[in-house]
Amino acid sequence: MNRNKTWLIALTSLGLVLCLYSCKPKNASNAISSDAAVKAYVAPGKYDEFYNFVSGGFSGQMAVYGLPSGRLLRVIPVFSVDPEKGWGYSEETKAMLNTSHGFVPWDDLHHPELSQTNGEIDGRWLFGNANNTPRVARLDLTTFRTAEIIELPNSAGNHSSPFITENTEYVIAGTRFSVPPDNSNGDVPINTYKKNFKGTISFISVGKEDGKMDIAFQIQCPGVNFDLSHAGKGKSHGWFFFSCYNTEQANTLLEVNASQRDKDFIMAVNWKKAEEYLKAGKGKKVSVKYAHNVYNEKTHSATSEIRTEVTVLDSKELKDICYFIPCPKSPHGCDVDPTGEYIVGSGKLAALIPVFSFDKMIKAIADKAFEGEFDGIPVIKYEAALYGEVKKPGLGPLHTEFDGKGFAYTTMFVSSEVVKWNIKDLTVVDRVPTYYSVGHLCIPGGDSRKPNAKYLIAYNKITKDRYLPTGPELAQSAQLYDITGEKMQLILDFPTIGEPHYAQAVSADLIKGRSVKFFKIDENGSPYVSKGEPTAKVVREGNKVHVYMTAIRSHFAPDNIEGIKMGDEVYFHVTNLEQDWDVPHGFAVKGAVNAELLVMPGETQTLKWIPDRVGIFPIYCTDFCSALHQEMSGYVRISPAGSNVPLLFSTGKNQPKPDSTAGTK
Amino acid sequence: MGMKKIEWILMLLFLGGVAACDNAANSADKNATVAQAPAPAGGQEAVKDDESAKDVVKIAVGSKDHTTLVAALKQADLVTSLSNAGPFTVFAPTNDAFNKLPAGTVDGLMKDDKKADLQNILQYHVTLSALKVENLVDGQTLGMVNGDNVTVSVKDGKVTLNGNVHILGSVQASNGMVHIVDGVLLPPAKK
Repeated sequence: MNRNKTWLIALTSLGLVLCLYSCKPKNASNAISSDAAVKAYVAPGKYDEFYNFVSGGFSGQMAVYGLPSGRLLRVIPVFSVDPEKGWGYSEETKAMLNTSHGFVPWDDLHHPELSQTNGEIDGRWLFGNANNTPRVARLDLTTFRTAEIIELPNSAGNHSSPFITENTEYVIAGTRFSVPPDNSNGDVPINTYKKNFKGTISFISVGKEDGKMDIAFQIQCPGVNFDLSHAGKGKSHGWFFFSCYNTEQANTLLEVNASQRDKDFIMAVNWKKAEEYLKAGKGKKVSVKYAHNVYNEKTHSATSEIRTEVTVLDSKELKDICYFIPCPKSPHGCDVDPTGEYIVGSGKLAALIPVFSFDKMIKAIADKAFEGEFDGIPVIKYEAALYGEVKKPGLGPLHTEFDGKGFAYTTMFVSSEVVKWNIKDLTVVDRVPTYYSVGHLCIPGGDSRKPNAKYLIAYNKITKDRYLPTGPELAQSAQLYDITGEKMQLILDFPTIGEPHYAQAVSADLIKGRSVKFFKIDENGSPYVSKGEPTAKVVREGNKVHVYMTAIRSHFAPDNIEGIKMGDEVYFHVTNLEQDWDVPHGFAVKGAVNAELLVMPGETQTLKWIPDRVGIFPIYCTDFCSALHQEMSGYVRISPAGSNVPLLFSTGKNQPKPDSTAGTK
Repeated sequence: MGMKKIEWILMLLFLGGVAACDNAANSADKNATVAQAPAPAGGQEAVKDDESAKDVVKIAVGSKDHTTLVAALKQADLVTSLSNAGPFTVFAPTNDAFNKLPAGTVDGLMKDDKKADLQNILQYHVTLSALKVENLVDGQTLGMVNGDNVTVSVKDGKVTLNGNVHILGSVQASNGMVHIVDGVLLPPAKK
């Protein structure tokens, strides 16, 4: 009897479990309609319609996909070394990863942002942020390479970054982890957060023509966590909006202690006003240390400069720069609609989505409709800035993008869905599941004044059973939805690199025609270039041996080198002489403790090698270049220190010796 | 060999569960009310994985004292959310706790036209962040998923919620904490 009873209880539980499983709507199959494959299909040999730039999160890199196919087109190394491309290993690229802390080989890239002109994506540059050691990078979209990296002083956890103003006047970076300013004594008890810790926002100016970045000024703010931000646009151009959490100013167990208040803040920053104060000399010059690294496509090499001063405006003293707007429960996303009137704050712990009105906010400031101050910053009354609330949108609202047709699309992390709602009447009109636990979303131009709203892509944090299992770690997933109709339609699911944190997408027409195919050898300004095989040479300077080497299908010049000795430092300066699209040559030497070089046509790159033993070391081309790629190789002879083997180099001349003396002295 | 009454009930529950499954699976065709409801989101509840630690839903499903709660979570479309990453703290009323409500309350809430009320009550039992008993302090307010607050009092190490609901025991879940409670938390009346 007892056994029967146990069985029955087990069966009952099983029944309930089965029920839970089978009661789940067959989302995947139901959600996919028969035309999905056609919509996502791009025939072999055909181009995708959109570029999708997706951050690699903890990979530190930027991935480029085509849409609607979801095909991975390229991984651009940014903040992390990439041995495949020699990024951070070649002598020319090492300076790009220099910081005030020295060479940093990794970071965490969260947000891509495309440059804009008049609030529209202009296809020139792509910016990305480093969270861990605060930096902002600029990528050149003619070469799809990282062109510049600037470090941010007085910052930590550079998360609300790198969002831009509508003419790319500034790239903005707000610090997630408030810390004592760099020039203050940082050796303070951690629990003096409220007194000693500050949040800093950096305004990085961007050169109109060359894109060059410079920290124009910083605004020192109260110690809170700045999470995300977006620029005003159109009527609200001149303002910037930041979400803030941990207004509790907790310094431990934030999971509990930063979730106490019913409302945190959106911080509105009048940056035009800040510019006026800057001009009036109200900024303080502060002594700091930060790196500014620039890659020069003419010399094919990077330079790193350490800068020592930044101008800081104090939000407490200069009263009319910053204002707080109460926003429920740890706001995460802070998104501005295409008209610039509506500011959407997504409290990740909130049961609603507040939508603020720019016009009402301006009136509230004029009327001084403040409920008080927070650390010297006026706090606008919630109702005075509120347009309305989206009630019961779903659980865990995070991020919003827009279609330019009056609808907003918000991701819900906890309930794992995207919710479409009407901005005017704040009603939910559609919802679709994501698989699983969506973070950011992207609509082409969806955070600009002119969305191109054909697709919506959801970037998910959890993958579990979406693809064939690959052990404990799984590729994170992106899901593509067609949003041209009233209802969102899932049409594709594709794996990504690292963590696809945020993304931007743009019509391929804006970018593809300007893509560089090779670098002109005549314009190669590298001090170590060999513009033709006759100039290839090996030069000894003390214990440094410089090999000026050329590569062309299918040999190196020189390919036999003798007379290098133990104790020497060898620099292989490899110039790719090809002037043809898609013919890189690689270079590797046995035992080198760094990486390969991958040298683009017309480019010069350098590999440093310190031989660790006497012997013969092969070199070879690593990028399959021609039918005789396997023949593209050579030898380097390393002799003992003090050896009198003369320095010799050649290609095609050092013919075999007669058999009788082979292998002997 | 006659089965005891309790066993018959369990058997019926099992069969009922299976039958309900069939209904739910076909509900889109048969049941206009359900078809009009918002499409439930896609969650991790259908991931086939018997090896990983149990999430808050699976813990409730595995407890014979929480059959009412599990049925209510399903009716309120909350299984998906609570199977996701969390982190959650769930105050899980036992069957006895639900039985303390006035007669007919639970049955009323389980009707399709009362789904919003049921969701409101159940979401009032969940907060985001995995709180252990020792994280609960006297006088604390917890912001619950439905948007209302629960107040915590702690006397002599015993935790009381809203003055009348007590924690009977706690279970660590993969995506949070389940605190078994002896009463149903009722959200404040809407203003």
